[in-house]
Amino acid sequence: MKCGVVVFPGSNCDRDTVYAVESAGGEAFYLWHKETNLRGADCIILPGGFAYGDYLRTGAIARFSPIMKSVIDFADKGGLVFGICNGFQVLLESGLLPGAMMINKTLKFLGQDIFIRVEETDTPYTHDYYQGSVLRIPVAHFEGNYYADGDTLNLLEKEERVIFRYCERDGKISEKGNLNGSLNNIAGICSENRRVLGMMPHPERASAPILGKSDGFAMWKSLLKYFGEVA
Amino acid sequence: MSEENKVTLQTALEQGLTEEEFNKACSILGRTPNFTELGVFALMWSEHCSYKSSKYHLKKFPTEGKAVVQGPGENAGVIDIGDGLVAVFKVESHNHPSYVEPYQGAATGVGGILRDVFTMGARPAANLNSLRFGEPGHKKTPHLVKGVVAGIGGYGNCMGIPTVGGEVYFDKSYNGNILVNAFTLGVCGIDEIFKAVASGVGNKVIYAGSRTGRDGIHGAGLLASKAFQEDAEEKRPTVQVGDPFQEKKLLEACLEVMRKKLIVGIQDMGAAGLSSSSLEMAGRAGTGIIMHLDRVPTREAGMTPYELMLSESQERMLIVAEPHMVDKVREVFEKWDLNAVEVGEVTDDGLLKLYMHDELVAEMPAAPLSEEAPVYKRPYSRPSWQSSLANLDLDKIPVPRNFNETFKKMISSANLCSREWVFNQYDSTVGTDTVFEPGYDAALMRVKGHPMGIAISSDCNSRYCYLDPRTGGKLAIIESARNVACTGARPIAFTNCLNFGNPEKPEIMWQFVEAVEGISDAAAALDTPVVSGNVSFYNETGDSGIKPTPTIVMVGVIEDINKAVGMKFVAQGDIIALLGTTRPELGGSEYLELIHGITAGLPPAVDLDRERNLHNLLINLSKEQIINSAHDISDGGLAIAIAECLLTDPVRLGADVKLESELRPDIALFGESQGRVIVSVSPDELNNLRKMAVRYGVECEVIGEVDISKTLNITLNSEKIISADMTDIYKSWSKKFAEIVGE
Amino acid sequence: MKARVYVSFKDSVLDPQGKAVKNALLSIGYEKVKDVRQGKFFQIEMDDMSEAEAKRQITEMAEKILSNPVIEKFEVIL
Repeated sequence: MKCGVVVFPGSNCDRDTVYAVESAGGEAFYLWHKETNLRGADCIILPGGFAYGDYLRTGAIARFSPIMKSVIDFADKGGLVFGICNGFQVLLESGLLPGAMMINKTLKFLGQDIFIRVEETDTPYTHDYYQGSVLRIPVAHFEGNYYADGDTLNLLEKEERVIFRYCERDGKISEKGNLNGSLNNIAGICSENRRVLGMMPHPERASAPILGKSDGFAMWKSLLKYFGEVA
Repeated sequence: MSEENKVTLQTALEQGLTEEEFNKACSILGRTPNFTELGVFALMWSEHCSYKSSKYHLKKFPTEGKAVVQGPGENAGVIDIGDGLVAVFKVESHNHPSYVEPYQGAATGVGGILRDVFTMGARPAANLNSLRFGEPGHKKTPHLVKGVVAGIGGYGNCMGIPTVGGEVYFDKSYNGNILVNAFTLGVCGIDEIFKAVASGVGNKVIYAGSRTGRDGIHGAGLLASKAFQEDAEEKRPTVQVGDPFQEKKLLEACLEVMRKKLIVGIQDMGAAGLSSSSLEMAGRAGTGIIMHLDRVPTREAGMTPYELMLSESQERMLIVAEPHMVDKVREVFEKWDLNAVEVGEVTDDGLLKLYMHDELVAEMPAAPLSEEAPVYKRPYSRPSWQSSLANLDLDKIPVPRNFNETFKKMISSANLCSREWVFNQYDSTVGTDTVFEPGYDAALMRVKGHPMGIAISSDCNSRYCYLDPRTGGKLAIIESARNVACTGARPIAFTNCLNFGNPEKPEIMWQFVEAVEGISDAAAALDTPVVSGNVSFYNETGDSGIKPTPTIVMVGVIEDINKAVGMKFVAQGDIIALLGTTRPELGGSEYLELIHGITAGLPPAVDLDRERNLHNLLINLSKEQIINSAHDISDGGLAIAIAECLLTDPVRLGADVKLESELRPDIALFGESQGRVIVSVSPDELNNLRKMAVRYGVECEVIGEVDISKTLNITLNSEKIISADMTDIYKSWSKKFAEIVGE
Repeated sequence: MKARVYVSFKDSVLDPQGKAVKNALLSIGYEKVKDVRQGKFFQIEMDDMSEAEAKRQITEMAEKILSNPVIEKFEVIL
């Protein structure tokens, strides 16, 4: 499995993501935002950071970059595109996923470990988890308060496209576990064909036992298995 | 040469030079400086840039050691951490700007220290901050805390550099003058270090990064070199605005030109902008520089040479490269959508020559400007009130009747409560190297692909320094070193930020000299030299100065990060032991101030030999993997330290502690005797712990056991005096900070 | 030619910043404050062109990038 990790000038989780993919046994390389060639990547990852400074709105300018034209084409043809944190915001702005991000309900940057529940496992990214598993995983964002209108939310729920939800330690879905205020506790959603995934928490930061957190590691394992590279 | 303004002694005085300094400037030039030159002199000879009041005393610091690769004098210090790698680090103050405009002041403080580190060739790996605010109830405190914390987060988070720790304290002496000390540590290969030198006659001088605006003119010179007035609001325009996105690109572009070996030297334009970067680079190399100021990219039209040389606009670098590399350097910067403009050349005449549209507008000898900068041996004398501070009659201090209440009041007080409210606004996990996140005795970073870890701890108890600056200085060193050693890392070297009041007052100067000498003694005894640092004087508003606050940030290395020791208790049944001894000391303690409202007495005594033995013991306990946790006893004493070992979310464990002591119960529980550490050990390893403690001559006393009661029980001489439900304690401990800021 | 573009949250979308500002105003004694919506303001200077064309281009900009139609609305004033 070859992952192309997109580097916008303000990306700052690109190197962490490459390291995590490689530590799981995958191959990863960087794709500069001014390029258009995806160099045969099996999966495109839009990493965390502040793509173009995000002074207008997170992800607003990134969607017009040369690389995003290719990424959107790639997704339209059924390619795997995975947006983490700022990458999720870019996916929303470019219309690859529905909805928008608002400022956290606390009006503060949120940088801590939180809990999310795995809602669906029938995606290339989550089939190595058990449905209902609770993951402890870091978040680091100022705008992660997911919003979509009622029809969109209903559609997402009906099509079982909410992949992760913020929850309490024991998996309970509540306002208490929903620190940024996202509608329906949404932490991650996928596209209709289930091949584009966006999530606010950082699995690449929960992929090493030395850091005391490894609940995100199975996402890379899922991808590798999806491409038949591990049993 | 053009005469923009006729310069007289009066002009010089207005710019902050003394008559003597003005005469010296005239003699260096052999004529009266013009307005631009005068501005450069005033800036370079300001306290902030020249260290004129502190230089003489700073020579006392130990600066050499076998791990030191670069000591003080460069943008940051460098130590060898093994495996072909170095750690590059420095701490710097941004106090006045943060008081005037907390968000931008703190943000640009972080931006500045990051540049100091990546200028040396190292990718920043960790930020820490040492913050001091006024009383929690003071009307400005919530606003300042919120702004500073958001500013630090706003800059560091966007840059993608984790903020991994630091300190936050409240004290009324900071009501009108907060402290914001920002620290950055970076890592690179030992052969990847770059220096700030303008060497090679004929080499080109390149200006890179953001455009120059009129912001920050007189920021360093004025804000940091004079006592603070109440009309601080009006100084707002001198505070710079940070652009972390620009700096992120600058970081990547600079590292790229360094890794590709396209440049000879590089220096960031810090507090004194184009003036200090050009003069210092030429001064260090013994060369001269010609600059065409009209080529400097500007944000505003019509900027004068004076403004261009004195602007403190952020996110700018001065680079020296061989002529055939200039295009390649420009290409890299263009790739990152940044300016890189050739503005001049390195010469052999030792002069800084500035041109505006081919007209010579200033000409100054580079080296003498820094070498012959004024050095003052300011008079100092022990303040008359110092002796009375030492008076503490313990007999007049009542022993609390209900220690449970006292304990609860202390653990949920402003200075001892959880700092989660602060740390949760920082991205502490980006970079995926943070092993011990904020809240530990020391932060611990892994280095991917290498076995070692880097431990970092920032410390200073300003109450100790106020009561006895010499001992306080020593205590700051030993506590920061002890925190590092608790993780199993060996303290290697430190950086410091010496925050004091007005050095022109003999009693403030006395505090400074005493603290510097105390720091020097302790650092020499622990074999931990200083490699970088900064002095911040004039931390005063009106007539009241801050408590002396020499912030120490100690850096250590653990050979095998897998053997690092955490501070929290880990397992039921583990034995709790106290390393070191509790002495009859209560002076300067948090307990005295908080419970009895007394700030007096002498701080706890320092025994440097015992301290060193304790650190060696801790390092070896980690190496042999004997203990399961280690936590330094500091503010709040033994009872608070044990509670901190239990405060996890959620609380899982409890402790049953039995103390035998002839001391007053409040001293036994809350005294702050030094050289003490709480460790936990599995019963199987207790003998090994005892044996090793004997080998290092450190007292080791079993005082209790870890259990699953989720309660802290402390029995003193067979009487149970504390029994606290730690889940409840966690709630009040973790919520207090939000209350302080009014949330 | 100068144009102004105001971007604000749609009425149906909760505006957490606006709410915080409103609470702050109430708490310092402006009891009559009924509601606050926080938004963005852009001032755009265009080279010479007809007013109609300027309006068309700036509206397009506002739709495409200055606002996010999922949550925001905008107003262009020439």
